[in-house]
Amino acid sequence: MRLEVDITGKIFRNAAGEQHDVIAGVAFALDAGEVGVFVGPSGCGKSTMIRILAGLDHDFRGRVLRPAGARIGIVFQEPRLLPWRSVEENVRLVAPLADDKKLSALFEILELSAHRNHFPGELSLGLARRVALARAFAVEPDFLILDEPLASLDDALAARLREQIATLVDGRSVMTLLVTHDVEDAVRLGDRLFLLSPRPARLLAELAIPTPRRLRRDAEIAAIKSDVMRRINGDLTGRDG
Amino acid sequence: MPRLLSFAILLATWWIASLLTGEAKLPSPPTVLAAMIVEAKSGALFLNLGATLARVALAFTLAMTLGVVIGYLMGRVRLADRLGDPWLILLLNLPALVVIVLAYIWAGLTEVAAIAAIAINKLPNAVVTLREGTRALDAALDEMATAFALPRWRAFRHVVLPQLAPYIAAAARSGLSLVWKIVLVAELLGRPNGVGFEIGTAFQLFDIPLLLAYSLSFAAVVLVIETLLVQPFEQRLSRWRPRAA
Repeated sequence: MRLEVDITGKIFRNAAGEQHDVIAGVAFALDAGEVGVFVGPSGCGKSTMIRILAGLDHDFRGRVLRPAGARIGIVFQEPRLLPWRSVEENVRLVAPLADDKKLSALFEILELSAHRNHFPGELSLGLARRVALARAFAVEPDFLILDEPLASLDDALAARLREQIATLVDGRSVMTLLVTHDVEDAVRLGDRLFLLSPRPARLLAELAIPTPRRLRRDAEIAAIKSDVMRRINGDLTGRDG
Repeated sequence: MPRLLSFAILLATWWIASLLTGEAKLPSPPTVLAAMIVEAKSGALFLNLGATLARVALAFTLAMTLGVVIGYLMGRVRLADRLGDPWLILLLNLPALVVIVLAYIWAGLTEVAAIAAIAINKLPNAVVTLREGTRALDAALDEMATAFALPRWRAFRHVVLPQLAPYIAAAARSGLSLVWKIVLVAELLGRPNGVGFEIGTAFQLFDIPLLLAYSLSFAAVVLVIETLLVQPFEQRLSRWRPRAA
């Protein structure tokens, strides 16, 4: 399985009829078993890209080759759960064939077992995010899309959830695309980092991290992080000046 | 308890008013009750109530079904909205009497004409409410359903329908009260039975106890149906919502 993307342009029209260039040019490929990470400043068009890759937006220039019949699991920036269905029903809705044992294991990993029968309105944002993750994993996706799954969570919870995502991603061979503005998350989870410019988004650089996720030492992570920071900020100062 | 009290107050007010105005204009509760019992014993009361209820049920179901389908289409499909809107405005503002009279002229003094006329009166309200509901559907949840490749029917049943439920309930509620009001007019003008017909007859004979007997029996049936059917249904639909104070 392989995802090939070559988006040459995307224009966004707002309600007032004004046009904005959101994406200027992004091309990359992603293989099964790899975690690709989009790193870029807020509002640079990452979410737009996600919508194109998920097949929700067809109005762009360029092409996206998804493997035929690939199952998509997606975690949107907001949890997007059905408020009128319980946690378990929300997950089962998209994965009607999921067997009970696997589902229980998934709820166990994400620490949701106690909340199966709760309605989303009764959950904190952190819990709702985990339900959204459970839903995306329950479909046993070939292509997993995570849009800022850790945003606005406190550090301890974000770290735990990052661990849980790593566990789930390593457990199966899936193309994963993670969107984040947090370089720490990117370096800890990603195999390949795609650094994006501010809007309209261009691919600034592609960084591969050869060391497997589990074996990355803190020193290595810090080094990659500062490299990423330098590249992103370098571009920023270049633009300002 | 408060309900019983409010009923007692109504009864007391009625009785006092009847004492002040005289039996001829406003018969007292026992007189009306006697008229009610006579009608009940002859079976006419139940026959007429039954006929009216059957018309209400048929017209209501017809109008709700069509209204939900048309409203949903008009909310989703721009072309349907453009095509349907002038008709909708026409029907919304057409007096019930016009629809009923025309239906009887064109389709004859038949049951079909009566039920169609009642349904047509209610239809535009259901359409308007459902169209608003469809326009208010959450696009984010639609995207979720699309991304996860939910089959159409499954998405409709679990994602769309629960969002429309309050609108359907609102349309049903306001529509039912409209149907209660219109069905009697339709019966008065062109049916040989039903509460509306009996009230018309009572009016022509100036038989006020009979008139009140039918009006109150009808009101009682409406109240029972509202409390036993409509309200529990509304509560069931909103059970996932945090309870309002």
